[in-house]
Amino acid sequence: MCVLVRTGRRLFSIVALAAGLAVGAAPAFAEATLLNVSYDPTREFYKAFNAAFAAHWKAETGETAHVNMSHGGSGKQARAVIDGQDADVVTLALAYDIDAIADKTGFVAKGWQARLPHDSAPYTSTIVFLVRKGNPKGIRDWGDLAKPGVQVITPNPKTSGGARWNVLAAWAWAEDAFSGDEAKARGYLRAVFRNVPVLDTGARGSTTTFVKRGIGDVLLSWENEAFLAIRELGPQAFEIVVPSVSILAQPTVALVDANAARHGSRKLAEAYLAYLYSPEGQRLAARHYYRPVSPQYADPADMARFPQVKLVTVGERFGGWRAAQQRFFADGGVFDQIYPMR
Amino acid sequence: MKLSGSTRSAAVSEGRFARACLLALGLAFLALFLLLPLAAVFAEALSKGLAVYAAAVAEPDAVAAIRLTLLVTAIAVACNLVFGLAASWSVAKFSFPGKSLLVTLIDLPFSVSPVISGLIYVLLFGAHGVFGPWLRAHGVEVIFAVPGIVLATVFVTLPFVARELIPLMEAQGRGDEEVARTLGASGWQIFFRVTLPNVKWGLLYGVLLCNARAMGEFGAVSVVSGHIRGLTNTMPLHVEILYNEYNFAAAFAVASLLALLALLTLALKTVLEARGAGPAGGPGH
Repeated sequence: MCVLVRTGRRLFSIVALAAGLAVGAAPAFAEATLLNVSYDPTREFYKAFNAAFAAHWKAETGETAHVNMSHGGSGKQARAVIDGQDADVVTLALAYDIDAIADKTGFVAKGWQARLPHDSAPYTSTIVFLVRKGNPKGIRDWGDLAKPGVQVITPNPKTSGGARWNVLAAWAWAEDAFSGDEAKARGYLRAVFRNVPVLDTGARGSTTTFVKRGIGDVLLSWENEAFLAIRELGPQAFEIVVPSVSILAQPTVALVDANAARHGSRKLAEAYLAYLYSPEGQRLAARHYYRPVSPQYADPADMARFPQVKLVTVGERFGGWRAAQQRFFADGGVFDQIYPMR
Repeated sequence: MKLSGSTRSAAVSEGRFARACLLALGLAFLALFLLLPLAAVFAEALSKGLAVYAAAVAEPDAVAAIRLTLLVTAIAVACNLVFGLAASWSVAKFSFPGKSLLVTLIDLPFSVSPVISGLIYVLLFGAHGVFGPWLRAHGVEVIFAVPGIVLATVFVTLPFVARELIPLMEAQGRGDEEVARTLGASGWQIFFRVTLPNVKWGLLYGVLLCNARAMGEFGAVSVVSGHIRGLTNTMPLHVEILYNEYNFAAAFAVASLLALLALLTLALKTVLEARGAGPAGGPGH
């Protein structure tokens, strides 16, 4: 019995010690911090950008700035901010996800998209196909995705921004191909999604499904994500196919006014977003395979990597993101109509 | 006579054969489903050499994740130790209205999917949840911060200690306690000198299970964490992030560390058991 009591005490002191260590050793943040809640494929870019911004801020103000990152599917991340995740800035995959935060909570001020140049999108991208080396299934354009026996990998449009760009790009092609016949466009989209074996929640999940787990014949991917996958996992295994038409994807950024006000971080957050448009921010964007809005600041060698693609925009083709979201991705929208009928 | 003898020897040899088969089957099963994956984790973790392994484990975000995991586990285990003892004590030694309801409720975290376990805290403490607006106005962060992770972990690990103790205490009955009472022991004396020693192995086992699950919990914690690198990522979440960043060796390095912690827990259990069963201290003597 004595043994037990002693063991018990010792156990207790071990636990207490562990707890004490964990608390006591937690870093003290004397520096200014920001939380940037972002979407999936921006990890590598913001890692580099945050370091550059910290150096810039230090030189400018003498203050040490530290930017914390959270990554995930764009829709999921917006949901978290709506539920109270304390983001000072959001850098999401598309404008609608930031609209959702503004509409549902008011944490982001209305009219946010006019506060920064280029519709608040400091870099753009597009959707391309990543196929296995030699393109064994002969996938050249959007039409090939609907063929029987082709496995298509895309994330879930309900949670992922990239997936919504995928659907809109496919639709834009189908509208042209079937000269505006909506029923045929729906039939096409249904056939494509019948070929999708798995819907991951975010773009990065889909990329790992395709490249690491080896599932599927073609990955519908952000251009930057496709380049990155090739760089990280070997050009001998994959190649990029550029379709005849794609969409101008504008990942947008915004200050989360309410959170920044509570943290007193507004000035830092605004400087952070403005720095995305600076020569250095633009150069880093191009280095990480995003198309910069001011290409003159980018390294020409980086710019040479981007293929020429005919791009449609959400504004002119779909009447903006609110309309597109309503028509395609809201409950009961086009995606819901075509997806369950597998 | 002779016939029956030979039948018996056949039966014995058959038994031996069956036993060998069962043993081989058991070992093969263990090797296939336990040892092989474990070995694969360590092999992948060390695939790029010890230097990469060490760097992955010593990287600031990884250290933060390890520290957070230990902190959350320590709190969750302490909470569930106290709750488990109190709940099993009251369930096993007393009868009161609503007892079966309590027993059912203790099992709830087992039957609910971990994702739901996380979401209920979002509904309660999220910015638009029941308590969220008030907490936000007072600058208290629960969800997408460490308190939320602790809450979710306590919830999913709640049954382990109680589930281990209730049957044990019920089987032991209240005889020992009643004797102690007639000898003039106070309530605390009874608890520390009679009840606790009687259940210590069950308690230890419950604590270890609780500990293992608390360290490894992914689903519920993933929902409430907010995934902020270096701040709200526990080890399992950090493993996912590294994996998603094509950093496979580092992902498996941290995973192997998690596995090591689990093995350490098992080793601790074995050592304590061996000590308890040794000549110096038979339980309760």
